[in-house]
Amino acid sequence: MKPRIILDSKLLDITVTRLCYQLIEIHNDFQNTVIIGLQPRGTFLASRIHKKLQEILKRKDIKYGSLDTTFYRDDFRQKELVPNATSIDFIIEGKNVILVDDVLFTGRTIRAGLDAMLAFGRPNDVELLVLIDRRLSRHLPIQAKYIGKVIDSIASEKVKVEWKETDGADKVTLLSND
Amino acid sequence: MTKLSTKHLLGIKELTADDIHLILHTAENFKEVINRPIKKVPSLRDITIANLFFENSTRTKLSFELAEKRLSADVVNFSSGSSSVKKGETLIDTVNNILAMKVDMVVMRHPNPGAAVFLSKHIDAKIINAGDGAHEHPTQALLDAFSIKEKLGSIKGKKIAIIGDILHSRVALSNIFCLQKLGAEVMVCGPTTLMPKYIHSLGVKVEHDLRKALEWCDVANMLRIQLERQDIKFFPSLREYTMLFGLNKDLLDSLSKKIVVMHPGPINRGVEITSDVADSAQSIILEQVENGVAVRMAVLFLLAGRA
Repeated sequence: MKPRIILDSKLLDITVTRLCYQLIEIHNDFQNTVIIGLQPRGTFLASRIHKKLQEILKRKDIKYGSLDTTFYRDDFRQKELVPNATSIDFIIEGKNVILVDDVLFTGRTIRAGLDAMLAFGRPNDVELLVLIDRRLSRHLPIQAKYIGKVIDSIASEKVKVEWKETDGADKVTLLSND
Repeated sequence: MTKLSTKHLLGIKELTADDIHLILHTAENFKEVINRPIKKVPSLRDITIANLFFENSTRTKLSFELAEKRLSADVVNFSSGSSSVKKGETLIDTVNNILAMKVDMVVMRHPNPGAAVFLSKHIDAKIINAGDGAHEHPTQALLDAFSIKEKLGSIKGKKIAIIGDILHSRVALSNIFCLQKLGAEVMVCGPTTLMPKYIHSLGVKVEHDLRKALEWCDVANMLRIQLERQDIKFFPSLREYTMLFGLNKDLLDSLSKKIVVMHPGPINRGVEITSDVADSAQSIILEQVENGVAVRMAVLFLLAGRA
């Protein structure tokens, strides 16, 4: 089967903008809310959302960090994983945290991310934002609150999210293995 | 490169340059972890590690133990002084007995060169060499490389002088292998009697004049005189050694550039290095100790991750 484009650059931009307005609806001016992108691929979406929110709200001080989950994963002995940088220069104690990742698949990354996040304090409230929700493939009871697009896919298929910054173009494609 | 080419860490000689880069990269992330308010990650919570120390150690032992605990591993400690080794038990018997209690990894320091290699051939567990006689001390070399990289930005093309008792030093040998694999130039400097016979075969520069060595290098790694390994006299007196090969503040300040001073510890203050040098801004001795925990976490993590 040919790769199928789920979101092109225009649709992706609209989706990111919509997610930002959904966040503003709940979090107002982001006074007590922080954004944390999960390494490695969630950070691109998180930084987009962070940038767009600052534009919309005309603020420069929305807190934003990136979090690596490698050391908290339950499968690091089955796959070879290389850790990425964690940079969170604020305490999340009592804050509302929006965890951001590109694709929600089995839920294991998010599980590890929740664990990893607790090393930086006890948040007041944690919400999950994802660009793509592969809703039929969860291994754990984890759901996102803000979703870019829901897709139905089987485990052998792969969702590829590309960003202008590293891959040359904004695009989400569904690849089948055969 | 996402995994090590080896199952054990027996020496730097067996590692590839890619292995070393992977360990240093992973260690950078662990350094961030150990500077968090909560310094512990759950990665090795299902792993049991035995620390077998058949020779005295403060830094290495504490550093390994801290690294293991910060990875949430279960740890058992053993030192030969207070054990059945004194009653005549052999190394393999001792270790097999410990392994019968289901241990996954063994960190071992032993006075005999090759002890770790020997063990890896007879035992079904991952072995990490924490120093075997005058042979290798791989984690020390890795943390030295990490500290140089952190301080100078890179290792490739840098000039590093290793100064002192080269003959009895496992730190020197591991450092030479490690730094050369990372593309640095290495010089050794010390009295002729404390140079190994085959030093030239390692492809290092050899210098017997301390000032010349210091003028040449970007980093000076000062080694301790290992009196406990010297069964015969290698130089007339410690005082004479200090006069010729000891690094003091006047000498350091008289150099044409600011070099970085390292020491693997334990320091004999006033012998190979004076107090004011050891505590000066050019010294990164305590950074080395801090980095030691991060580097050992990286080694344990990467080896545990290997099937």
